[in-house]
Amino acid sequence: MSYKYHQFQVVGRGLPTETEEQPKIYRMKLWATNEVRAKSKFWYYLRKLKKVKKSNGQMLAINEIFEKNPTTIKNYGIWLRYQSRTGYHNMYKEYRDTTLNGAIEQMYTEMASRHRVRHHCIQVIKTATIPAKLCKRESTKQFHNSKIKFPLVFKKVRPPTRKLKTTYKASRPNLFV
Amino acid sequence: MPFKRYVEIGRVALVNYGKDYGKLVVIVDVIDQNRALVDAPDMVRGQMNFKRLTLTDIKIDIKRVPNKKTLVAALEAADVKNKWESSSWGRKLIVQKKRASLKDFDRFKIMLAKIKKAGVVRQELSKLKKETTC
Repeated sequence: MSYKYHQFQVVGRGLPTETEEQPKIYRMKLWATNEVRAKSKFWYYLRKLKKVKKSNGQMLAINEIFEKNPTTIKNYGIWLRYQSRTGYHNMYKEYRDTTLNGAIEQMYTEMASRHRVRHHCIQVIKTATIPAKLCKRESTKQFHNSKIKFPLVFKKVRPPTRKLKTTYKASRPNLFV
Repeated sequence: MPFKRYVEIGRVALVNYGKDYGKLVVIVDVIDQNRALVDAPDMVRGQMNFKRLTLTDIKIDIKRVPNKKTLVAALEAADVKNKWESSSWGRKLIVQKKRASLKDFDRFKIMLAKIKKAGVVRQELSKLKKETTC
């Protein structure tokens, strides 16, 4: 499963000057498609929080963070701040997924589809794995059932490889399960 | 017509698209409306879209997300492999696989066997024809 957004841990600080020999080191965890973008995002956020820019700062480390248990399902809660056409808003969204990167990707695509918010207008404030009892959204809570059972109502008929795709078929497909 | 095959924990499904095409997997948990957590003895437990799965009639008795050992034991206990290979769907797939892997000599042997079978059938048919006309 390849994910578009990877999670990086970026560590940086301002350059040491005569007045400040050991400037404070700052670490951020953020999502970006690649390392270059991650470093750029790091300076963007740091500029807004501290009086330091890329030109008078240095990057100390950048590491990718991988999911510890990609084979278990977790409920992710994501707090975000996004810019709509009329102003900034905060939002809390819940997703069920196996990895945090998958949940973040779901979030970006859902924000784009439901609210027409593009990637650069979204800032992730916080993410957390939520235990099932504390989930707020019905759409995630409906899957918290150990005896879950539902039929697949509609069978999509498709050839097993894209090579066998044809424009015209001899007969109408049977869509029953 | 009510539904007979449900997506539930323990349902055995056949993968009909993608890298694991043709494999039998067990639905071990449901992630959301479109995806399931799926496991098989020879693969790492992972997520799969329901669009890639075709449900079978076979269902095994497992709890939510069992570990690999329990899953393999449950598969043995329910005798999934034999049930599948003796079902008409399973048998058809085996025949398809055999036909796809034939070498030229095998196809030659099949041609001879087909000719022989057709000869025997034709003899019986001509015998029956003689009885009815005369």
